[in-house]
Amino acid sequence: MALHFELVTPTKLVRTDDVYMVVVPGSEGEFGVLEGHAPVMSTITDGALKVYKTEGATPEEIRIQGGFAEVGDSGLTVLAEQVVD
Amino acid sequence: MASLKELKGRINSVTSTQKITKAKQMVAAAKLRKAQANAEAARPYAERMANVMASLAGKVSGKENAPKLLSGTGSDQVHLLVVANSDKGLCGAFNANIVKAALSTARELTAQGKTVQFYLIGRKGRAVIRRNYPKAIMAQFDTTEVREPGYAEAEKIAEELVKLYEDGKFDVAHLFYSKFRSALLQEPTEQQIIPAPAPEGGDTASQAAVEYEPDEEEILAELLPRYLKTQIFGALLENAASEQGASMTAMDNATRNAGELIQKLTIQYNRSRQAAITTELIEIIAGAEAL
Repeated sequence: MALHFELVTPTKLVRTDDVYMVVVPGSEGEFGVLEGHAPVMSTITDGALKVYKTEGATPEEIRIQGGFAEVGDSGLTVLAEQVVD
Repeated sequence: MASLKELKGRINSVTSTQKITKAKQMVAAAKLRKAQANAEAARPYAERMANVMASLAGKVSGKENAPKLLSGTGSDQVHLLVVANSDKGLCGAFNANIVKAALSTARELTAQGKTVQFYLIGRKGRAVIRRNYPKAIMAQFDTTEVREPGYAEAEKIAEELVKLYEDGKFDVAHLFYSKFRSALLQEPTEQQIIPAPAPEGGDTASQAAVEYEPDEEEILAELLPRYLKTQIFGALLENAASEQGASMTAMDNATRNAGELIQKLTIQYNRSRQAAITTELIEIIAGAEAL
């Protein structure tokens, strides 16, 4: 039971990983993506992606700026304009 | 026949030229590796972007209120040729090839009665285009201050282009750059960027039930400028890699030519030296015999 998660910026593939859940800062509100999520395509606002490696784990935050999130059969793909360290 | 001293001077000068070309070749080889890695790193984003575009464009393109960046202005009178060159020379025919491709398209379009405008990226190639189309250069984008064009530059270029487009300055934009095939082969490429041609290979069947947040039009309106940026960024990266590849090949040839020239000059130098010694000996012997 894992969600395939990819974070891509124009300059590189930042992360590709199997995780439990990712909370995405969508432009119409945050939403969590678990495995088997229905296909969604959403723009995102500047904010933090919360990556839950396992159930109940402390989330790892990745701050991103602008872009898109796409949930499809292959998992969650976040196309971010920029990742802020 | 050149004197010994002259020959020696020429050998020296060719040797130092060879040193320069050799150094430039090695620098290009090192930079090429980096540029290639950059180009490869940017590929996943571009691919995914194209996928998303393909699936969205298919849904919206038929509608009336489709964004202008996708559907066009309805006319194709004014063409903007965006020509991406490098800032530095010493890279063989790299810039000349791109300019040649752009100029031949320009001539074709002019023959069809269209208006042609230029948007130039990079310092090289300006002179040639200015000579051929003195009044057609709409704008230039200066990349001399940055070490290598990156996403920030692509962003600025795309924003400028979108602004010009929205002001109605042109109807169709083509991008000219050099595609990197290998260190030996770079292909001057033309690509239409505005209106955005829908990428192929979007498989619409499996994404039929995708939910959009906000709706398709709004997403597309945000996606299109970004797609443009990605394409320009990709072109800049390909160009950077091509430039280094071309430079490496050109400098390799130059180094080899210099080597050949040095060899020829050295032989000539030794021959004249020998001839001089022989003449001297003959003079001494003749002098001794005369006594």
